[in-house]
Amino acid sequence: MSGETFDVLIIGGGIVGAACALEAVRSGLKVCVCEKGVIGAGATAAGMGHLVVMDDSEAQFALTSRSLQLWRDLADSLPVSAEYQVSGTLWVGADDEEMAEVGRKRSFYESRNVRVEVLDPRQLSEAEPHLRSGLAGGLLVPDDAVVYSPVVAKFLIDRANDAGAVLREGVTVSAIHPHGALFVDGTTVSAGVVVNATGSWSPGLTPGIPVQRRKGHLAITDRYPGFVNHQLIELGYLKNAHAVTSDSVAFNVQPRQTGQVLIGSSRQFGVDDPAIEAPMLKWMLERAVEYMPDLTGLKIIRTWTGFRAATPDSLPLIGPVEVEDGRLWLATGHEGLGITTSLGTAELLVDQILGRQSQIPTAPYFPDRSLREDIHHG
Amino acid sequence: MAERLMGDSVESDICIIGAGPAGLSAAVAALERASSVTVVDENVHPGGQIWRHDQIKGENPELRVLMNRLPRERVNLISSATVIAAPAKGRLIAETPHGATPISYQRLILATGARERFLPFPGWTLQNVTGVGGLQALVKGGLKIADQRIVIAGSGPLLLAVAAYLKQVGARVVLIAEQAPRRRLIRFGLSLFSNPARLGQALTLKRQLSGIPYLTDCYPVAADGEDKVRRVILQQGAKIWQVECDYFACSFHLLPNLELASLLNCGIEAGRVVVDNSQRTSEPDIYSAGEATGVGGLELSILEGRIAGYMASGNLPGAARLFRRRDRARRFARLLDQTFASTAVLRELPSDQTIVCRCEDVALGSLREHRSWKAAKLQSRCGMGPCQGRICGPAVEMLLGWQPDSVRPPALAARLDTLLLTAELAEGQNTQEWSKE
Amino acid sequence: MAEKVTILIDGTVHEVECGTTVAAAVLNAGRSLFRRSVTGAGRGPLCGMGICYECRVEIDGVLHSRSCLVPCRSGMEVRTDG
Repeated sequence: MSGETFDVLIIGGGIVGAACALEAVRSGLKVCVCEKGVIGAGATAAGMGHLVVMDDSEAQFALTSRSLQLWRDLADSLPVSAEYQVSGTLWVGADDEEMAEVGRKRSFYESRNVRVEVLDPRQLSEAEPHLRSGLAGGLLVPDDAVVYSPVVAKFLIDRANDAGAVLREGVTVSAIHPHGALFVDGTTVSAGVVVNATGSWSPGLTPGIPVQRRKGHLAITDRYPGFVNHQLIELGYLKNAHAVTSDSVAFNVQPRQTGQVLIGSSRQFGVDDPAIEAPMLKWMLERAVEYMPDLTGLKIIRTWTGFRAATPDSLPLIGPVEVEDGRLWLATGHEGLGITTSLGTAELLVDQILGRQSQIPTAPYFPDRSLREDIHHG
Repeated sequence: MAERLMGDSVESDICIIGAGPAGLSAAVAALERASSVTVVDENVHPGGQIWRHDQIKGENPELRVLMNRLPRERVNLISSATVIAAPAKGRLIAETPHGATPISYQRLILATGARERFLPFPGWTLQNVTGVGGLQALVKGGLKIADQRIVIAGSGPLLLAVAAYLKQVGARVVLIAEQAPRRRLIRFGLSLFSNPARLGQALTLKRQLSGIPYLTDCYPVAADGEDKVRRVILQQGAKIWQVECDYFACSFHLLPNLELASLLNCGIEAGRVVVDNSQRTSEPDIYSAGEATGVGGLELSILEGRIAGYMASGNLPGAARLFRRRDRARRFARLLDQTFASTAVLRELPSDQTIVCRCEDVALGSLREHRSWKAAKLQSRCGMGPCQGRICGPAVEMLLGWQPDSVRPPALAARLDTLLLTAELAEGQNTQEWSKE
Repeated sequence: MAEKVTILIDGTVHEVECGTTVAAAVLNAGRSLFRRSVTGAGRGPLCGMGICYECRVEIDGVLHSRSCLVPCRSGMEVRTDG
């Protein structure tokens, strides 16, 4: 292996690295992917696997909606164990203020040809009988979906592998440079393009990039088929999620195809310890119970944490960065949208490598766009 | 005895987990000096597995003797309670039918016992294929077994004890198939001559089992039937034949229950809780006794329980008096492990289509393609169901050589509100106490 | 003779001896299928002691109850997947 040369070397076997590998090899490039542990076992496994069209910014909408299209194209070839399910997202409004947000979202989506449906309180409770009464309504985005991400990551890697990509699993990179990588076992791999797709670990390999670890807690129940029908997210989420300087939780509950209920979500900066933190878990579960009182009697079979790779403007870093002796490529900083945007990211990255025209503008995701280096202190 | 099921909090100086022989012996010993103890047990009735309450025979006589020696007003027995988390030092959370119960303690004795080891073979998921102790537990719980044809297979002395029991309550035990080689069993049998009491027990058992074939070097190749098991295919050497039955009871010796010790960060080696001469674990103020420290049978469990009870109550001379007897009994335990260790041929029983993880229906073939337990779990969900790998974990370890993971709370599926209470009690504590990754 | 309690198993009335576990009562009622596995296979009790979760049934509306650990109580409603 030592000394072998590739067109593209991708560091990181999460869903983003896996998608990039497949897209690159399909575009005729000679590809190597390296994963220090197990494919799809980082944030890919920790996250919810919610495929969602977002409206925080034009750029976020462009990337998420293009990605959803790519997911729909991929869906038929996914294995059953990928659990691709178009369950839709139901944004839940608790009060008039949040219903105003429902109205704003509705016109945003409708004007961009995304199907939506506004639900009144009665329709909301019919759609989700276990929500508490007294909620103001909701916005249903029926074409959003849910997927079991680790299986997808493995599927993409296997496909890339079949198409000729080389996979190095269980090897840790100690350093990367514009023309290759050095591994802790002393071996090296050379490549024309080196891509850092290591998510929350990416600043370790490429110091100075504006990516921070944002910790999340999750819990999953035993199987209760039909308990939840859509991915449910409170609209207060937006207020909370934007509070980048403080910890937050949100009611964010997902129906798994298995009948399990996945309960999120929490966000924390400045924590590197993956241990479950009682106050955060408690706060998150209490928030979930506030919206869905019947959750209290369900059996939780597991709790865990994961780290998102967050950027100051909530957009990923896709493209080259100039370093001392050349250019390094980034595909990181996807925060909570890495599963959704993995496919779009791969397309944008390979388009840039090959100088192809992209389906959507690429500039908003350039790593050298104007970003405050670090807006979070402490 | 103050029986309590309510979900209010319990404070105790000495807390014992498990009301089997080790746990109850620990309670009796501790109460010579301590003013009170708390005993937490998962079952409705105390007694553990071996002295499980019997719908036919009532309370076990040995259990009755021990219970009569317990000053009941000083024992706080929390029944039907499953310990699911240790939110902070000196704190446990148990889930009961009436809610979550926080328990605080100064000293803890883990007497969590053992469970049967199950190994997959084609048809082991059919209905009426049970554990050996499992079938006995069902019968003790009221299952009518009279005139039912039963094949018993696997490994360990439990096969004989359960066969004798089932015969006594009217079942038709067709045969007993022990996988261990005959030469190992002869060596084991000879060793009994050094212990007249055990020899006596063995001879009694032999008399009780007269007329039931006991085959060694014999193991199940498959169980067969539509939904329920109808017949078992057995192999002994080159001979393969089938036996009709109504129930097929099969397990391969016993495994210590380690989840709680693991949750409490107690050292574990070779599948046993590590204890010193005084039954102390690697964690301060936590003792362990009985099968959790290595499967060794009733006598060893009682001795270890007594030592742990004496130690936890500060009665060092009481404990020291028992060390030699305990050490002798422990040698017997090691002999048990050697005698009934699974032979390599058992690894060949499952086909690629045989289910290994019964919670998530994961077949062996879909595990083989992965490099590690972690990858296999992520991709196939093996071990991710409600039993949390308790059944498939030991099988996977034997079949594929993968070691089990550490235990994270909840140690067993727990109600969301139990988890909320756990988190509340853990607040302000070092997060490491709640969960080490 | 032991006292009896009356329970409902899948809507049918059964008289069982007091102290009988739900698992034993279901088997005594002639049912060996307790739950359907995730791929639809019928399963019944394996370990008899609360470890394996194979004997899960619905008891008084509570899903996933380990029937081997629960004694029958008068008026109890038990639902299997059978």
